[in-house]
Amino acid sequence: MKRSWVFWLPVVVTIALFATFLVALVSPSDRTIVSQLVGQPLPTFEAPAAMPDQAGTNSRDYADGKPRLLNVFASWCGPCVAEIPVLLQLQAMGVEINGVAVHDKPDDLARFLAENGNPYARVGLDKGGRAQMAFGSSGVPETFIIDGKGRVLGQHIGVMTEADIPGIVAQLKGQ
Amino acid sequence: MPRRMLAEFGMAVLWVAASLALLQFALGVAALRGHHADFARTIAPLAVAQAMLCGLAMLVLMGLFLRSDMSVLLVATNSHSAKPWLYKFAGTWGNHEGSMLLWVSILGVAGATVALFERALRADTKIATLTVQASIALGFYAFLLFASNPFARIAGVTEGQGLNPLLQDPGLAFHPPTLYIGYVGMSAAFSFAIGALITRDVTPNFARAMRPWILGAWIFLTIGITAGSYWAYYELGWGGWWFWDPVENASLMPWLAATALLHSVTVLATRDALRTWTIMLSCVAFSMSMVGTFLVRSGILTSVHSFAVDPKRGIFILTLLAIYVCGALVLFALRVGTISEGKRFEPVSREGVLVINNLLLSVILVVVMVGTLYPLALEAFTGQKISVGAPFFNTTTGPLALALIGFMAVGPLLRWRHDEGKVLMRRLAFPLAAAAVALIAVLCFAGAAALLPVMGLAVAAGVAVASVAPMWKRNLARTPLFTWGMVIAHLGCAVSITGMAADSAFTQESLVPMKVGDTRSVGAFRVTFEDVAQVPGPNYDALQATLRAETSNGDSWLFKPALHRFSTPAMVTNEAAIRTFWNGQLYVVLGDERPGNVWVVRMWWKPFVMLIWAGGIMIAGGGFLSLIGRVRRSAQGRKAKGQAVS
Amino acid sequence: MRRFLIAATMCLAQPLWGQDYSEESLPDAQQESQAVALMDTLRCVVCQGQPISGSNADLARDMRRLVRERIAAGESPEAVRAWLISRYGQWISLKPQVNVETVPLWIIPLVALGGAGLLYVRRLKQRKN
Repeated sequence: MKRSWVFWLPVVVTIALFATFLVALVSPSDRTIVSQLVGQPLPTFEAPAAMPDQAGTNSRDYADGKPRLLNVFASWCGPCVAEIPVLLQLQAMGVEINGVAVHDKPDDLARFLAENGNPYARVGLDKGGRAQMAFGSSGVPETFIIDGKGRVLGQHIGVMTEADIPGIVAQLKGQ
Repeated sequence: MPRRMLAEFGMAVLWVAASLALLQFALGVAALRGHHADFARTIAPLAVAQAMLCGLAMLVLMGLFLRSDMSVLLVATNSHSAKPWLYKFAGTWGNHEGSMLLWVSILGVAGATVALFERALRADTKIATLTVQASIALGFYAFLLFASNPFARIAGVTEGQGLNPLLQDPGLAFHPPTLYIGYVGMSAAFSFAIGALITRDVTPNFARAMRPWILGAWIFLTIGITAGSYWAYYELGWGGWWFWDPVENASLMPWLAATALLHSVTVLATRDALRTWTIMLSCVAFSMSMVGTFLVRSGILTSVHSFAVDPKRGIFILTLLAIYVCGALVLFALRVGTISEGKRFEPVSREGVLVINNLLLSVILVVVMVGTLYPLALEAFTGQKISVGAPFFNTTTGPLALALIGFMAVGPLLRWRHDEGKVLMRRLAFPLAAAAVALIAVLCFAGAAALLPVMGLAVAAGVAVASVAPMWKRNLARTPLFTWGMVIAHLGCAVSITGMAADSAFTQESLVPMKVGDTRSVGAFRVTFEDVAQVPGPNYDALQATLRAETSNGDSWLFKPALHRFSTPAMVTNEAAIRTFWNGQLYVVLGDERPGNVWVVRMWWKPFVMLIWAGGIMIAGGGFLSLIGRVRRSAQGRKAKGQAVS
Repeated sequence: MRRFLIAATMCLAQPLWGQDYSEESLPDAQQESQAVALMDTLRCVVCQGQPISGSNADLARDMRRLVRERIAAGESPEAVRAWLISRYGQWISLKPQVNVETVPLWIIPLVALGGAGLLYVRRLKQRKN
């Protein structure tokens, strides 16, 4: 048979295929969807105040020279409760945190903050997830680290833990 | 035996079954090497005993699920005592371990069936086939016993975690087992092919023996895919019936390979051509079944259907696959020189067109495979995340599929061996006229529909006429059953394509907020929202709406779509209300609640959409008629031979 | 007068906030079919297996509203897709772009088709010999 090498082609293709499967298994696909805004200026958004005694937040609040965190959360989100103590700790360290509550109602939000503590300098309501989509955020909680010029330095997806604090503080300081 | 020991009994039975598989394999190898003639006689009984024990283990697991024995880890994590019995029963295979046990049980039954009923095959090829079958079973027994024990115990659990509500549906009870029978049936075809390679018996006689097994597996794959599509259509509540989801593709790929194999084996059986190609396709079809199982089971694909699985298990099963698939392909590459290519063929002949069809099916298979696996590969090697979905698959496979069914219609109009182009054109006159009429009609009525659906409707009309043409002027009573089967299956393709094209070109959608008393229109119906009320369900709370759909001539029908709120695990599902009319389906879903007692109602008028699944059933039914026809014909053949000898 | 003003602003605001297009057809049938076609090709970032046109997740709902509102405002479907890609990356679009990374995706089907054609032609030539 002159062209018998052709019949080894399937073997080669199969091995390549299985090698791919192996790589995919060993380093499983990251299911989180990372925002494309990291490194970009914060997009225009408007999250109006939820409560009479606390201001809402919008994109104009972020270019005053002070780096801060923007926390996307919701009162109906269980893991968000677990994150509040960490946010309070950061607040005690002098980090300013603004909150954007997705799909929330003023009453629920007020109760949530009264029960768990309020780490936020400003809290706004995101009606219809418009701000969340503008940020490229795909769930709650998520935290964006923003520099003094209003640029997004980083994104933390999921609940922040105490172990994450040093890294986030360092990022805020521009390291 | 004390009832408390049932799980341990199941485990013991599984170990014995695995040992028998090992024995079957070892004795098979010895028999093939010509060591002892007595060995050969033990293979078939061993295959049957192994199947019975493995089936018994499966029954034990079902019993544990039905009894809600929460001391068994698998039951505790996947069931709940408040579930209706059907879902406890079906929950047996709604999880990783149970589905693997089902897989091996079906494999065992397939082997036993070959052992008991296969008479046309040469004796040594049959032993080789059963030996290959045992070697496949061995790998999966090892996987079950060492990496996915279905009978593991857990202490201190009193209530289970429940089953995903989306899966709590009568469709689930039968969808996975049907697909599994199809997948595992392909393993029988594979064992035949490898057996024949080992004993160098790739002949028309072998092809005739193998054909019913391919047909059988292919029928189940067809039913499985059709049922899965209908399940997505009525259960997800958005009117879609095919999403090009990776798991759907994983079931489509073996079907494409099996369809090609089914036709190439017919060429081999009838004309002694396509020998190497048929063996190759058997390997591909089996590999696709295995890869399909792997993709679904390993959780490496992002899909609605995927199950989170420990990566160690993934590597175990991947290693198994690599051994079988690469082993088979290497054997093929080594032995290919010993298979003569078989007879040559003319371009204008039935086998010539069947070759084109085989090639087109293979190209579609490659396209689906690349589209499904490319994002996976890209992310594995570069970290880039992309998605490949309907826009890619529709533009690439759509035209190929239309060409495919065009040739499908031509094939049966040609004679084997050699035919005349002019005669073919004469035979094609009616079908071409039908396609042209359909094209003009669609363009007149629809106007601005997309190209692919319009072409689909035209091709379907032509194919429908061409499919029944082989019956023209024939004595229908004396037409063999397998010819009937072919005609019905091909007609089923035309029916299915008509449904797909009509749905994508003419669906009317109406998503409207409604209060009690509001009336909106969709299609030819005026729909009034009459009521919404709480209705108790077995393990959920239901909120049921009542809508009345009326046509202009005064007929009216009630629709009762509902929202089901499950508590374990917490989830809401939309239950669509669907009614079939002669010319389509009205699909009504209760959507979001808005302030002020307003509900969003999602309504679709889907003309002729049910033809999609009706076509699928016709294809499977045609396959079934062929299967009966072939089995009966070969039984008659043996009888005649027997009489001639005596 | 003040009451009248409030009522007037509410009326003006009505078309913007009263209609929630997350699950409601646009009045313009052509725009609606454009929007639905686009939604069929955007992947839900929460459930990941379904397009946003077939998902019950909150974010999918929000995206449907966004798509319909932007299309109603006169944006082209591809502009809306590009906006979402600029937020969530290529992953969100089920319609892969033609670029360096996706070359194999588009080439392999063509190669397969070419290979199949070659195989067929070769068989025919051999027959004549």
